[in-house]
Formats: sequence, C-alpha cells, structure tokens
Amino acid sequence: MTAGDGQPQIVVDALVKRFGEFAALDGVSFTVGRGEIMGFLGPNGAGKSTLIRILCGLLRPTAGRVLVGGMDVAKNPETVRQRIGYMSQKFSLYGDLSVVENLRFFGGIYGVPSGEMEERLRFAVDMAGLGGREDALVATLAGGWKQRLALGAAILHRPLTLFLDEPTSGVDPASRRRFWDLIHTLSEDGVSILVSTHYMDEAEYCRRIALINHGRLIALGTPRELKQHSLGGELLSVEGERIGDAMVQVQKSPGVKDVAMFGSILHALVDQAQLRVPEIEALLVARGVAGARVRRIEPSLEDSFVHLVGTQFASGETSP
Amino acid sequence: MFERIFHLLVKEFLELKRDKSARFRLLIPPIIQMVLFGYAATFEVFNVATVVLDQDQTQESRALVADFVHSSRFKLVAVAKDRRQVQDAVESSTAQLGIVVPPGFAELLRKGQSAPLQVLVDGTNSNTALIALGYAGQISGNFGQGYAQDLAQRTGRALGHPLVSVNLQERYWYNPNLNSRWFFVPGVVGTLTLITIVNLTAFAIVREREVGTLEQILVTPIRPIEFIIGKTLPFFLIGLLEVSIVAAVGMIWFQVPFKGNPLVLLLGTCLFLISVLAIGLLISTLCKTQQQAFASNFFVLNPMFILSGFSFPISSMPAVLQWFTYIDPLRYFLVIIRSTYLKGVGLDILWPQMTALAILGMGLYTLAVLRFHKSLD
Repeated sequence: MTAGDGQPQIVVDALVKRFGEFAALDGVSFTVGRGEIMGFLGPNGAGKSTLIRILCGLLRPTAGRVLVGGMDVAKNPETVRQRIGYMSQKFSLYGDLSVVENLRFFGGIYGVPSGEMEERLRFAVDMAGLGGREDALVATLAGGWKQRLALGAAILHRPLTLFLDEPTSGVDPASRRRFWDLIHTLSEDGVSILVSTHYMDEAEYCRRIALINHGRLIALGTPRELKQHSLGGELLSVEGERIGDAMVQVQKSPGVKDVAMFGSILHALVDQAQLRVPEIEALLVARGVAGARVRRIEPSLEDSFVHLVGTQFASGETSP
Repeated sequence: MFERIFHLLVKEFLELKRDKSARFRLLIPPIIQMVLFGYAATFEVFNVATVVLDQDQTQESRALVADFVHSSRFKLVAVAKDRRQVQDAVESSTAQLGIVVPPGFAELLRKGQSAPLQVLVDGTNSNTALIALGYAGQISGNFGQGYAQDLAQRTGRALGHPLVSVNLQERYWYNPNLNSRWFFVPGVVGTLTLITIVNLTAFAIVREREVGTLEQILVTPIRPIEFIIGKTLPFFLIGLLEVSIVAAVGMIWFQVPFKGNPLVLLLGTCLFLISVLAIGLLISTLCKTQQQAFASNFFVLNPMFILSGFSFPISSMPAVLQWFTYIDPLRYFLVIIRSTYLKGVGLDILWPQMTALAILGMGLYTLAVLRFHKSLD
C-alpha cells in the first residue's frame, strides 16, 4: 500500500482469467487506496478490459480474488454493483434518447431514490457541461460531451469506486483535459478510480501506474518511479540524417542494451552515459551519418513502457 | 424491483416512439401478409387448364366434354386432334389435365355398357392433381348416372342397369362451405404473431449487446429477471395489440366468423406470447450480432411453422416428427385460435392446449432467464 487511508478500496489478489487455453490474466495482484487514481497501461489485448470487467462482475475470475470495498465481487456481484460506476470502452448510452432521458433511466435502474433524482440529474448535467441541452438526443452530441455524459451517468448513484475503460479514446485533446479535471475532482472527494488508457500523457495524471502486458503486471509504481527505475540504465537520444539505417550499428555498439525508434530519433539505453556518448558519436561519424548528435536525456513514461514491453518480448514470452 | 422495471418500460417505449421505421415494421407487414394469405393461400382448385381429345365425335361425347367445361373447376384451353397434341399440351404446361374420349365411347353407352374415359393428369403438384382428379371422377360419375337413368326410361328398363347406390349425406360442420380462407385466416394470426414477436424480442436484446448498452446495464444492480421482464413486457403488449389488429382484419375484411369467447382467446394468446417471447430471448442469448440473430430466427421459425399443423396435417407426419410437434407452441395456439374462431368452444375443451402452453412458456422463460445470467462470460 502506497496510498490512501485504512483499508484499500480495491484488492486484486493472484487473479487469473482464462478463455479456453488463452490466459488473458495470469496472476495479477495489486491494491488501490481510497481516493487513489490508478492508471492501467498496456498494449491492445494486454488484458486491461478483461481486468476491468472482472472488477465489475461482468466476467468471473478463473482463479484468485477480487475485492471492491472489502467485498468479494464474485460472491456479491449485485451489492458490489450498487457501489461502483463503470464506463466501457464503447460509448454505451442510448443515442435515440435525450440527455435527461438517459440519465433518468440509468438513475432509475441504479435505484437513485426519486426524492434525490432531480438533484442528481442536475449535478450530472452540470458536470458534463450540458446545461441547456438537456433535451438534445444523445446521438447528436459531439464526442467530448458524450463522454462526459457517460461519466455523469456512471456516478449518478454516488459510487465509491469508478472503473473507466479507455474513456478518452477518440476524444479531442481539450475534451480529454477537461475529462481529467473531472476525474481529479472525483478523486478528491474520495472516489477510487481505476482507469485504463493508452495515452502516455494521461498516465502522467495518475497517482500510480500499473503496466500490463500479456496478462501479467510487469511494473507498478508512481510515474516518477517507473521512469527512474524501470529502465536499468541511462537513456541517450541519437539524432542524425537517415538515422534508421544506423540503428543496427548502434544496437551492436558496446554497452548498448536496447535501441528504439521514436519518430526520426533513436533512444538508446546504455550502461553508462558518460562513457558511451563519445563512442556512439564516433561510430556514427565513421558511418558517414550527417549531423550526428548524441546526448543524455531524462526518460519518459513511453521509454519505460517500450523498454519493459520490449524486454518481455525478448525474454521469450510465448503466450499468444 | 417494480421501480426498475418501470424505468425500463419507459425507456423501451421512448425508443419505440422515436423509431419511425419500427412502428411501420410492426403494423404494415403483418397487415399486408394477412391480406396476401387471405387471398392467395387456398387449397381449393378452380380453372384447371384442360385439353380435350374427342375421338368419338358423338352427341354423348360432346355432352360429357360440355359437362367438364361448364363446371367452374375446369377450363378448356385447347382441343387436340391426336394423342400427340394432348401429350404436348401437358408437357409444355399449357394444360394440367387431358381428357381423351376414345372412339366407340357412345356405342358402348348405348348398349348399356360402361365406357372408358381417359384422364391424363400432370402430377407435379400432387395436391392439386388429386383434387382435380376427384372433380373429374365426380363429373364423369354424374354423367354416367344421368345417362343410365335416361336410357332405362327410354328403353323401359331393358337397358341401363337398375341403380343401386349409396347416397352420401354430407354435412360440413363449423365451415359449411369448406371455405379454406376460414381455415387459414385464424392460423395466419398465430403465425404472424410468432414471427413478428420472436424477431422483435431477439433483435431488441442483440442490438443492445451490439451497441454496447447491454454491458452498461449489466454493471448496474438490476437483476436478470427484472431486466428480462422490463425488456419483454413491451413486446408482450405489442403482441396483444398485433393479434387484435390482425384478427380484426380477418374478421372485418375476410368475414371469418368468431364464434367463441374472446376471453378464452385472450388467455390462449397471453400463454402463447410467453413462449414466443422466451424463444426470442433464448435466441438473443445465443447471438452476438443481429446477423446471427437473423439466421437463427430463420432456422428456428421455419421448423416451428412446418410442424405446427398450419397447413400440413400433424397426423400424417412420421412418428418422430410428431413428437417434436409437442414442443412447438404454435401447434397448441393454432388449435386454440381455430377452435375459438370456428367452433366456439371454451376452456372445458381447450384446457389441455392451455396447460401445455403454460408449461412450455414457463419452461422456456425460466431457461431464458438462467441462460441470460451467464451470457457475458
């Protein structure tokens, strides 16, 4: 436990989920504290959606336990569902109903008391910034509005835990920014939030990040921790003309552990920056790369991500 | 519980209100089909295209041919000059029936003996062929009887055998004129309801699965039974409305009498609808996309239709298939709707069908609820 007070809000313990032979989740454990924002990062098919669906009780675990608010999801799915909010990857409100009709419907089936309903609808409409468009059909709303409305619908019943499965995919940057402000506000109110994403910049907004690949948790920590410790070396940026052609040479150069392409720049992971910068520079000059420039840089989350995922591939993880 | 079902109902009717094409799909096709069935679906045989070869060319032969031609059952399309032409006419489907009066036909009759008459029938459509042949037998029989009576009179009973015959005293109950429309129209009410409601129910849930709203509903505390009741109740009401409209068209437009107690039919319809909704639900739990649902519906509805006794008598089916008819809700509903329409019988007679429908409906519905629970895993 690195965050929160008292009991963790979410406990995932040795979770395994198999679909036939395929292990979508293979022994995942972590906890999320009260009011904590936990980010889930991983390539497509890594098991992020499966994990969130198990936490919501939509799928049953093959082995292991999942507790939300101290309660076993597999044993008390209905009680747990009363206390959680969920936004699936796909937009899932009714396009042919209006904003208020959608909210009233979801409030109704979540059991929001009729005395509180109007106030909660007002709250959700204001939060989504949809004041004045209450009667617009949802199908006519733009992406950012739809997504904030979906968030509003997911918290009508004041859940203590929120699961968001790639909530910002396909939404413009300004709307994404605004969406994250809402998430932070909820977190300050004590709502625990588990959010999956594949935007690196969004991961930086999370208190902690879990990196998941091939159904396994391969790193867990604050963005800062991940950036500093996960690489196991220092990072160099290598620039120059037609640098892609030189990639193989850089890879073979002594002390270089890993090379990855970022646009037109190479990122090379080396044991000691001080020693390797002149070596690589000399190599490139010898190869006739014009404008070669090598310098030490601070690693980004993306570097950790690529490094860790690449490592897993290289070490011969063969699961499909 | 009722609160949640109520919210689902509100949502369903709002969606239906917004969906103009759904309203069209609900009302227009059933009415069009009803009208089509009412006019086109008939077992009766009229105007059979007939080719005649009269090789006798006598007063008698011409009289017999006239009897055929003047009945509404046969229509003379060609007069052949030889056997070859008769064969050609049948082969090219110009005629479905050929009548050949052989030479010497009248001579035999005048001697008071039986004379042969050849009838060639295109048996491709066995049903029509059989019925046409029946009429041909009736017409030639009547002709023979009339001729014998006449001959006996003229010759002072010297010729023409004394007639000994059994006279059928026919009384057709419930449908005195054997109007096949009376048979079909009530059946169509049942069949159309089956098709429309199974489709609506299956598609409604599969669409939510496809669009993703189903997943959003599944993470709410709603219980499967609440969701299923909330989701099927609208279609139950639509089903009742549809039966009323289609039945009204049958009675008002096609003048099919309704002799029974409407409440008995209402009870039967309610029980039938439970089974039909459950079948739609079961299909929806098996399908991920609307295309799959479409294929499954076809796969399920066609056998149900064939095994229901709608047009093919169950008693003529092989024993194994007859067993399957017992799990076909349409089988029982057709008995209920035809009996209430034409015979006017009540629960004292129809209780076995009502019981069977109730058991089937409960069983299927329970199965659907159980299956639905697990469906996302």
